[in-house]
Amino acid sequence: MTGKDDIATIEEALPLEALPLDAWHRAKGARMVGFAGYHMPIQYDGIMAEHTWTREHAGLFDVSHMGQLTFSGEGVDDALETLLPSDIKGLKPFRQRYSMLLNEEGGILDDLMVSRPGVPGEEGGAFDDAVIYMVVNGATKYDDIGWMIEHLPDAVTMNHMADQALLALQGPEAGEAMAMLVPGTADLIFMQCGPFEWNGVPLWISRSGYTGEDGFEISLPADAAAAFADALCALPQVRPVGLGARDSLRLEAGLPLYGHDIDSRVSTIGADLGFAIQKRRREEGGFIGHARVMQELADGPGAKRVGLAIEGRLPAREGATIYAGDVLVGDVTSGGFAPSVGAPIAMGWVSLPHAALGTALEIEVRGKRIAAVVASMPFVPHRYRRKA
Amino acid sequence: MSRYFTEEHEWIDVAGDIATIGITEYAQEQLGDIVFVELPNEGATFDKGDDAAVVESVKAASDVYAPISGEVVEANSALEDEPALVNSDAEEDGWFFKLRIADASELEGLMDEATYKKFVASL
Repeated sequence: MTGKDDIATIEEALPLEALPLDAWHRAKGARMVGFAGYHMPIQYDGIMAEHTWTREHAGLFDVSHMGQLTFSGEGVDDALETLLPSDIKGLKPFRQRYSMLLNEEGGILDDLMVSRPGVPGEEGGAFDDAVIYMVVNGATKYDDIGWMIEHLPDAVTMNHMADQALLALQGPEAGEAMAMLVPGTADLIFMQCGPFEWNGVPLWISRSGYTGEDGFEISLPADAAAAFADALCALPQVRPVGLGARDSLRLEAGLPLYGHDIDSRVSTIGADLGFAIQKRRREEGGFIGHARVMQELADGPGAKRVGLAIEGRLPAREGATIYAGDVLVGDVTSGGFAPSVGAPIAMGWVSLPHAALGTALEIEVRGKRIAAVVASMPFVPHRYRRKA
Repeated sequence: MSRYFTEEHEWIDVAGDIATIGITEYAQEQLGDIVFVELPNEGATFDKGDDAAVVESVKAASDVYAPISGEVVEANSALEDEPALVNSDAEEDGWFFKLRIADASELEGLMDEATYKKFVASL
């Protein structure tokens, strides 16, 4: 259930590139690793310390490897509704929504965030009056771009903003920290977004993230990223946090990682991401992959993405097989020690008859069976700011 | 007592025919926060290079090889309750297991501390 090998092959084939904050990370003592084709910081002080800091204060993440795209021209909403299963026409200005690209068979090509940066021609927009702003995964961005070029009409212009950096500030103190630099952000609630300014630098900020905590994602020109990151890290609430803790935080939050927990072989309904397909879209269809969605809504998916609570201290990792007695019923797609839970946890795909909450299963790790129970996600409650 | 090192970042203390084996300060630093150590059972026998233990950090599982051949006479049970001991004291209290040395001549190919330090500096 994983596309990890494919990504690893691509990483080996191409030389790694440097992101805008490469020197900044190294100066902060980061250990750099190859990820999604770039040199990226896996950790600074240690994964456990950075994870805990983010849950208690505010962690600054560099996610500039992700693809930032804008769409402009005539008929953007209609065109994107053929590519995305989500309600785009109903997406209000300055609102963001989780969505995905599906292939003809309903398999997930990528998961992404889509937002409306204002009304073109009216004040308060961003990105040169774009109709839609989209953030896609780093490892898949060039495939996504190719797929969308193939399927978008000529009247729609897609722009890959390769000169924009993307930062995420996450944690219970992210709000107060961000407000010290950009006071206007105090009014944002979860999945709202808007244009802001800091020292003359245009920022596009959304109240969102991938840790389960309150926080922000900040798109800004690459040449201003180091100064802004410095300003954030000068605040007592903020420390830089690497990819290692980003992974353990998102796993605790029950959020799938593309290429691991979801990929082109699995569908939205099985992945438990049906919330991204609003009622109108389910009923009307008109998007690539609709047939699979409807079939699985009617008949149930063959397998489901589930959370797994693990007994004992031995972590079960990606690729470990899951059994009900002697029967192979699935595999682990993400797993590891969960610092905020104090125990190993995992995410995996399990055939439907064994996917109900509370089902006792076994996971094979190095020839040994360890006990696991299908558990509700998130493992650590989300603390999004849902009200002003 | 003499201490030997391997290119796989293990240390070996030899006292009589017993070798105490652990991973080096450099290794624990590279692995990061250690959350679980799977140790061999008493009485298990290894040839040099066999998988002898597994160390799980937050991020990944890594094998620890038997640096010399021998029979396990003791595993460090303190690591079951406190795997982070490997991080805090890798080269003393964070030892992994003790072997009864099968072939002392295997020690000859290992590094001494000065050579190991140079080896690490070259990485």
